[in-house]
Amino acid sequence: MASVSMTINGKQVSGEVEGRTLLVEFLREHQRLTGTHVGCDTTQCGACTIHMNGEAVKSCTMLAVQADSAEVSTIEGLANGDELHPMQEAFREHHGLQCGFCTPGMIMSATALAKRNPSPSEADVRHWLEGNLCRCTGYHNIVKAVMAGARAMNA
Amino acid sequence: MPRDDGIGASVRRKEDFRFVTGQGSYTDDLNRQGQTYAAFVRSPHAHATLNSVNTSAAAAMDGVVAIFTGQDLLDAEVNGLPCGWQVHSKDGEPMVEPAHPALAQGKVRYVGDAVAVVIAETLGQARAAAEAVEVDYGVLPAVGNMTAAKSGKAQLFEEAPNNQCYDWELGDEAEIDAAMAKAAHVVELPLVNNRLIANPIEPRVAIGDYDTATGEHTLFTTSQNPHVIRLLMGAFVLGLPEHKLRVVAPDVGGGFGTKIFHYAEEAIVTWAAAKVRRPIKWTSDRSEAFMTDAHGRDHETVAKLGLDADGEFLALKVQTDANMGAYLSTFAPAVPTYLYATLLAGQYTTPLVYANVRAWFTNTVPVDAYRGAGRPEATYVIERIVEEAARQIGMDPADLRAKNFISPDAFPYQTPVALEYDSGNYAGTLEMAKQAINYDGFAARQAASKAAGKLRGIGFSAYIEACGIAPSAVVGSLGARAGLYEVANVRVHPTGSVTMHTGTHSHGQGHETTFAQVIAERLGVPIENVDVVHGDTNNIPFGMGTYGSRSLAVGGSALAKALDKVEAKAKKIAAHLMEASDTDVEFKDGQFTIAGTDKSVAFGDVALTAYVPHNFPHDELEPGLEEQAFYDPANFTFPAGCHIAEVEIDPETGTVTLANFVAADDFGNIVNPMIVEGQVHGGIAQGVGQALLEGCVYDEDGQLVTGSYMDYAMPRADNLPNFTVDTQVTPCPHNPLGVKGCGEAGAIAAPAAVMNAVTGALRAAGVTKPIDMPATPSKVWAALHAS
Ligand code: FES
Ligand code: FES
Repeated sequence: MASVSMTINGKQVSGEVEGRTLLVEFLREHQRLTGTHVGCDTTQCGACTIHMNGEAVKSCTMLAVQADSAEVSTIEGLANGDELHPMQEAFREHHGLQCGFCTPGMIMSATALAKRNPSPSEADVRHWLEGNLCRCTGYHNIVKAVMAGARAMNA
Repeated sequence: MPRDDGIGASVRRKEDFRFVTGQGSYTDDLNRQGQTYAAFVRSPHAHATLNSVNTSAAAAMDGVVAIFTGQDLLDAEVNGLPCGWQVHSKDGEPMVEPAHPALAQGKVRYVGDAVAVVIAETLGQARAAAEAVEVDYGVLPAVGNMTAAKSGKAQLFEEAPNNQCYDWELGDEAEIDAAMAKAAHVVELPLVNNRLIANPIEPRVAIGDYDTATGEHTLFTTSQNPHVIRLLMGAFVLGLPEHKLRVVAPDVGGGFGTKIFHYAEEAIVTWAAAKVRRPIKWTSDRSEAFMTDAHGRDHETVAKLGLDADGEFLALKVQTDANMGAYLSTFAPAVPTYLYATLLAGQYTTPLVYANVRAWFTNTVPVDAYRGAGRPEATYVIERIVEEAARQIGMDPADLRAKNFISPDAFPYQTPVALEYDSGNYAGTLEMAKQAINYDGFAARQAASKAAGKLRGIGFSAYIEACGIAPSAVVGSLGARAGLYEVANVRVHPTGSVTMHTGTHSHGQGHETTFAQVIAERLGVPIENVDVVHGDTNNIPFGMGTYGSRSLAVGGSALAKALDKVEAKAKKIAAHLMEASDTDVEFKDGQFTIAGTDKSVAFGDVALTAYVPHNFPHDELEPGLEEQAFYDPANFTFPAGCHIAEVEIDPETGTVTLANFVAADDFGNIVNPMIVEGQVHGGIAQGVGQALLEGCVYDEDGQLVTGSYMDYAMPRADNLPNFTVDTQVTPCPHNPLGVKGCGEAGAIAAPAAVMNAVTGALRAAGVTKPIDMPATPSKVWAALHAS
């Protein structure tokens, strides 16, 4: 067992984990932050995407101990109470989700894109989301949402 | 003025707040007090005898609570998994229906077949102990595909000596052969409908719980139809009565058919939770999902179309082999028969259609319904051969289709393959799609591509589907063992807010919004005051769930019927309040009025009165305002339309780029256009995936070659363009909302459109031998270089 501590959504947390505990398990099972999802076991689907130290990372690909003393943010930390973050609002407004399972990962990935590129083109968005699978939407409305959300974030 | 939250408005979804904030409640997000974890021991062999299963070393490991094998289920008299549909062969014999044990007994028959379940305190302990279960397999030759199955290299079941499940036909073969002999042109086309894996992004999860105080069993599961699971598992597998068995399907992360079926893991966690008296959670990982979720499609077909000298279709003859996998999954036998051959008339007046379908057992995971189920396969056959016919006789493919369309004034139209189409306007959607893609400009675009060293092709797909599954009497006569009606319950609360319970299930379709719009419109209440609840057999009287584009057409019709009852009772209460006769009461925009007077009372006042019934005439009126309706449709609905794909091929690499895709659909009336468009987009993406990317491969010996996202190519954002989608409205004449269903159209239409475009582009480069899906770069490149 190893102890880890990190900041998650602005809150300091710590816990005891096995060396092999994945970051996503730490979030979902230890912290009960179940908004971060697991869709695969080969780092292909992006459902588990979170931010670590401001960068989008796949939390199924890292050990919890690797996130020791990091700043982590998850989908639960994005909205301000009932007020949605502009990217969340854009997904809702543009019907960028259906079953919602890929959505937290999509939104976390999209906000990271918007920080680098305030006004991404359709091609930019499609290229950036290459690591996030959605089986429901055909991506059409996700792409629209990300473009609109990025503009709104940087307005 | 129409309401902005009523029928026809693109209302933003009520469910989205919880999903975009990470507060959805999916099955794996749930944990029960004192929960244990299950891991399955699965066969690495496609076919083997189970000589022995030794669990003693595993049982002694840390944290292990219990281990169960097929023998334990046999001893406990747990039955096998039932099949919901019976098909008869052409000689009148029922299909071969072998037992499907939840844990293998005597033999394993596919890679992933479950041999034992280990239950332990932690998932890690369960998995470690599962590895330690010693299984002595007697490896047998296996048949990994239908060609191998037919060869007799191995036999899965004693009762199926040649691995055949059934040999079924529809139509008169002699008659069709005679007609074919007289045809001026006969076009023949061999086609493979590639095997697919549905791959909802949420893997399957099942949690079993048992309440020792009440004797109640609960199953939380990733299902599209919790009541169906309760019925199949309770009545047929475990012998549990409904009042002691609750099935909950909370938020479900996509289904696409593969979460319809009753799976072994559901029965095992439910049964074993009562044995160990602790909750048991099983979460599939993606690798397990690839091996154990029912797959889709997997047909091999030879089709023949006879035409007269003017291009009129005379006869269509179809011979199909369909892979059932190793056991019969819930709907499997119906998919290549009643959901396939009955659609082979397509949008056309073809007077004679004959289909012979042979179903085979193979050493692969069961194959069952996947988005469209049978109807994509039918559309693929018809639309590929019609396009091929146009090319062979030198006619414009749009003109050949238009010439053979059933005309808009011919409805109701009885096809030669059992169905009676209710309404449609096929020329309308063909024209709409041609305009949308600028068909007239194609030649110029093709020339421009050519100048840039590229090949360009365009392909049509004029599809039809039978949805609103299903009229119980019709499907009963076709071998369905259950009716397929739907249930709605509308509970008006004292202050006029409304909770609706539906037996359908939303796993992305947005029922919480669409159904609420219907209620808001009908009762004149704001949509915020309406909640739609699904997914829990304890709350909802009954229901058959969501598949076959049935939710609004059947579940929405049940809702409309329940709302009629609410309105009728509310009018009586309003009449009582206004001291008038209920026959004089009118109801509009949430107000009850008496014509010719200034009397009026609001819906909310009526609701309150219903629950605080001072002075109620109790001999005429009961308190309360809650109504329920069952709706059994009179017929299927028949959504139809035309999709056109345009592709560009790089002959250097064989890469196919989808340059443009347009869809013109007729879904009848539409409640929420935004949601409908989203459904079409998603369907198209899956259809394009089938045509260009996806293909599940087992090798000859039944090893799964495409067992992860590294080997199975899912459509990603950068594989697809934006889609242009539009609709025409020809209302369904036989359901109260006039709706037809939209969930499967894209997956049904798109494969043929894309492949017609690809083969068209290749033909222009001299390749006349059609290629099969998926049209991967290597396949396209090889085709170009063979010519
Ligand atoms: S769960 Fe992390 S990439 Fe799929
Ligand atoms: S919304 Fe269902 S997977 Fe993306």
